[in-house]
Amino acid sequence: MEFLVCISKSPDTTTKIGFTADGKSLDESGVQFIINPYDEWYALVRAIELVEKNGGSVTTVMVGEADCDPIIRKALAIGANKGIRVNAAPLDAAQVAGEIANVAKAGTYDAILCGKETIDHNSGVVPGMVAELLDLPLVTWVTSLEYDGDKPTMKRETVNGIETVTVDGPYVLSASKGMAEQRIPNMRGIMGARSKPLDVVEPCGSVAMTSVEAFALPPAKSGVKLVDADNPAELVRLLREEAKAI
Amino acid sequence: MKSIVYVQTQGGKATKASLEAAAFAAHEGEALAIATGGLEGDGGLGAVGISSVLHCGDDLDFGQVARLVCAAFESENCDTVVMAHDHSGRAVAPRVSVRLEAGLLAGVTERPSGSTVRRNVFSGKATADVSVTTARRVITTTPNAFGIASTDGSQAAVKPFSADTGARRVHVVEAAQPASGDRAPLPEAELVVSAGRGMKGPENWGIIEDLADALGATTACSRPVSDIGWRPHHEHVGQTGIAIRPNLYIAVGISGAIQHLAGVNNSKVIVVINTDPEAPFFKAADYGIVGDAFEVVPKLTAAILALD
Repeated sequence: MEFLVCISKSPDTTTKIGFTADGKSLDESGVQFIINPYDEWYALVRAIELVEKNGGSVTTVMVGEADCDPIIRKALAIGANKGIRVNAAPLDAAQVAGEIANVAKAGTYDAILCGKETIDHNSGVVPGMVAELLDLPLVTWVTSLEYDGDKPTMKRETVNGIETVTVDGPYVLSASKGMAEQRIPNMRGIMGARSKPLDVVEPCGSVAMTSVEAFALPPAKSGVKLVDADNPAELVRLLREEAKAI
Repeated sequence: MKSIVYVQTQGGKATKASLEAAAFAAHEGEALAIATGGLEGDGGLGAVGISSVLHCGDDLDFGQVARLVCAAFESENCDTVVMAHDHSGRAVAPRVSVRLEAGLLAGVTERPSGSTVRRNVFSGKATADVSVTTARRVITTTPNAFGIASTDGSQAAVKPFSADTGARRVHVVEAAQPASGDRAPLPEAELVVSAGRGMKGPENWGIIEDLADALGATTACSRPVSDIGWRPHHEHVGQTGIAIRPNLYIAVGISGAIQHLAGVNNSKVIVVINTDPEAPFFKAADYGIVGDAFEVVPKLTAAILALD
């Protein structure tokens, strides 16, 4: 089974977000970057588990410049067999999806796995764009991926709950919590990652269709109003009369 | 702006998230809808400002729906596609964006200002004003970010619509079993009661369920609680769970780590109940009670039930 896993970098989950003076980009000073958790914890780890069980290989693809190489090495340390980096700064979902689709076309993959969204831009639309560009079926927010021979069965989150689905042929999937458990790379994995292939390919010229005009931080809360623990009825009154929330 | 709104239906009516998308589009200009699934009358769409509804009753997967939406867009000479940023929109909108070469503005939270729209980024820690560089655009609206305009009783004209949508490639083997029972789905919920490690064990969730029942709220939880299996994964709200924006979020026994706050700080009103007055969550709260959840929550439930 040949898996292509799409990874991206995102600020560590504990990061306090700030922006450059022009409001156009993230202030990266002091920010630690990680593999986007949905890509790593669920998509990547599940692909590795399936290859360990059934054979095949896991290739990761990432759109980014040379500073992303440590992120890709981490994916290799966790257990991916090969990394591909498209040598371009990621601009938006359309551009990234175009580059990923171009890499996918150059290989033969049974499945393309992505996280359900990145924790920086949170759009969750790259998987669908990749699926459309490659004319493949898409299953979003997958919480379980199992194989019976070469036939995959997925459970996906819908607004009504969990649905079980199958797909015809190669597919694109976006992974949600539950599909796998986070895996910490061991020393052998870290050492081995150094000698695994990390191919750098030039971009195909996919273009962005959106642009960020400005980032901003949300307004701070004006302060908490404390209610006595013995008097929750007062809280109910405030929620009804002041906040009009109930 | 002339929009076509993709509408999902349930029990013959447009879903709440779809109605919000429709009301959003109608507020911005002329808006038509393309609805799939069963439809009774106009599904409630005329009342939120939709002029006409194209309807396709075929059982389609989301890849096929994307083709249907694109065909409707072309036949009606629209410039914008609008849909909810829910499980259907996440699957349909990116495909439509590619097919129409239309920039996609996903998960919008405020009405457009000129050509830009505002959306949440960094899991709710910040906002971004985004615009498209294309003539056409696709907008998905965040559930519960926009109200539904008051219904004026208008009816939209409904006409059948079909298009070449290709073959179904995703097959449902077992349909969804509502995870939250009779309660609203978490991403759409207006009232949410959430609890964390302060509850000390899964056997103590009864008082949380009781409070949620009294309010008609949906239950949620923090990450540690879902990781250790006290509560199901789908209840996990926060940066690596579901981001929500209810009208009221009540957090019981949750300290308020930055990752949790990221997923919930767009809630309109936040109430925090915690024994620790230093819990960081109080800084992000509108109302707070410093106290033992096991005493406070049942009293709070009783006070709510005492309302007329």
